[in-house]
Amino acid sequence: MLGFVARRLLYLIPVLVAVSLLTFLIASLLPGDLAYVILGDQATPEKVEALRHDMGLNQPIWWRYLSWLGHVLQGEFGRSFRTGQTVLQAVAERLPVSFELMILAEIIGLAIGVPFAIACAVRSGSAFDRFMTGSAFGMLSVPTFLSAILLIYLFAVELRWLPATGYVPFQEDAVGNLRFFVLPALTLAFAEWPGIMRVLRSDMIATLQEDYIAMAKAKGLKPSRILFVHALKPSSLTLVTITGINIGRLIGGAVIVETIFALPGIGRLLVGAIYTRDLIILQGVVLLVAAGFVIMNFIVDMLYAVLDPRIRHGHA
Amino acid sequence: MATLELSLDKDVAVSPVKRTRRLGPLFWVAIAWIILIFAAAGLVGVLPLPSPTDMDMLERRAPASALHWLGTDGLGRDELARLIYGARISLIVGLCAPMIGVTIGGALGMLAGYFRGRFETLVVGSMDVLLAFPPLVLALAVTAYLGQSLLYLTCILGVLGIPTFMRVARAATLTLARREFVIAAQALGATHARILLRELLPNVFLPPVAFFLLGVAVFIVVEGSLSFLGLGVPPPISSWGSMIGEGRESLDVAPRLAFIPAITMFLTVLSFNLVGDTLRALTDPRQGAL
Repeated sequence: MLGFVARRLLYLIPVLVAVSLLTFLIASLLPGDLAYVILGDQATPEKVEALRHDMGLNQPIWWRYLSWLGHVLQGEFGRSFRTGQTVLQAVAERLPVSFELMILAEIIGLAIGVPFAIACAVRSGSAFDRFMTGSAFGMLSVPTFLSAILLIYLFAVELRWLPATGYVPFQEDAVGNLRFFVLPALTLAFAEWPGIMRVLRSDMIATLQEDYIAMAKAKGLKPSRILFVHALKPSSLTLVTITGINIGRLIGGAVIVETIFALPGIGRLLVGAIYTRDLIILQGVVLLVAAGFVIMNFIVDMLYAVLDPRIRHGHA
Repeated sequence: MATLELSLDKDVAVSPVKRTRRLGPLFWVAIAWIILIFAAAGLVGVLPLPSPTDMDMLERRAPASALHWLGTDGLGRDELARLIYGARISLIVGLCAPMIGVTIGGALGMLAGYFRGRFETLVVGSMDVLLAFPPLVLALAVTAYLGQSLLYLTCILGVLGIPTFMRVARAATLTLARREFVIAAQALGATHARILLRELLPNVFLPPVAFFLLGVAVFIVVEGSLSFLGLGVPPPISSWGSMIGEGRESLDVAPRLAFIPAITMFLTVLSFNLVGDTLRALTDPRQGAL
């Protein structure tokens, strides 16, 4: 196990270095001079030249990359030239919102997906199963922003049950906070449950044919216990896999959902930085999100190895 | 990354398409819808449509009429014309982006699967770096620097599609490269180029092409998301995503402005998914014994 973790960790280093290089190159090679962006169209050439000098933009590119990487490794991602906030402050402020959103979405997604998957697996081939499989397939074709519009229309415009946009911190008003999160989390969950249901359903159909399930039935265990404890257990691996694959889509979905519902999370920070051309924040956020994504994938891989010993010993 | 490799396998197992070679009526309905969208987008110059950019401030959010079949939007522009011009954007991005992906990704995947060794490590490694970015975040970041244009948008999305097609092509090549006909060709002294192009390509061809249609669906959604956020093609060009984004402002007074492009987009994405999934199930090499 230790050797496996070490190998994966070693692989992580070149990937992270390459990620930082790519982030840096996107920001530096593409057209658009940072000094011009900061000073605006009215800037005199002398001013631009002075700022370029101050920011080290006249140095060769490899030198700029190394010095930037050096700062990043010390935790200095730069600060916004619009708000004066450092990247780390901005991210730390918004991270809890994005986490809350993604965790709620995943919980709702599992709460819808798992029971449906079990119900379908028990009666596989029935009309109910065909209907649910079809619906799940259809749901996979609904983009996040479409379900967002639909939910806003139903619950905020027509029924007026829930607010369409806004946010209060959890510490100030827990109920209000959750009210603001219902629609965004539901929107994200709508994209999650079909995948969860489809994969878990086919998994469960196979599991239900195992001998030990027949054994459990013969012992006279309650059907609910057989389904939720005995049959669900081997599928834990599948659930971890789906969650792992979903992280990337969840982050992308969070960007859209946070923008639509005006939740002050990482996604909105990113989109806001693009609208205002706040390139330092943009660069820092992209790097942090990508690094976080790589590390989360690493953790999922590790969890996977803990759950299934075959992976530790095979070539991974 | 083991997790992603597995996802390909699992998806095949749960595809709702029955493992028969018959194509259901739904498949043909989907094909018909795709043809309709293509025809509308292709013939847009010939169709007797009002201009999609002409504003009529007296006819804002007008209901359907003989002149405006689907009514007008918040600036008095013809909704149907905008919808059809938007279809062009969706189809151009939706088709060209996976085209880039399937060409570059497919070539890299075949070369990696055939030559193995250091080259394979390099290709797989660089794909891992590309996959390290959540796709939408990378697309957003690059558009922010490059600026908004149809060409850039298509190229960025195309690059994002390379890893998936590389995986599919590499997986197919890996199994085929050890088959007897390849060994026979090698024994006969065929060059690498000949083996790759004449022996392997016809056999590797199908799985990535089936994925191509699923890719079209994905890229139509991504383009829509970017346009919805106002970061896709620049106005006044209409795109389904930007139409939905504009319609969102008037959900309370004219919900149809958001729902008409939304339903069109959903049906199109669903059709490509249905056709792609059916073809993928048919071309999956694990099912038919060769």
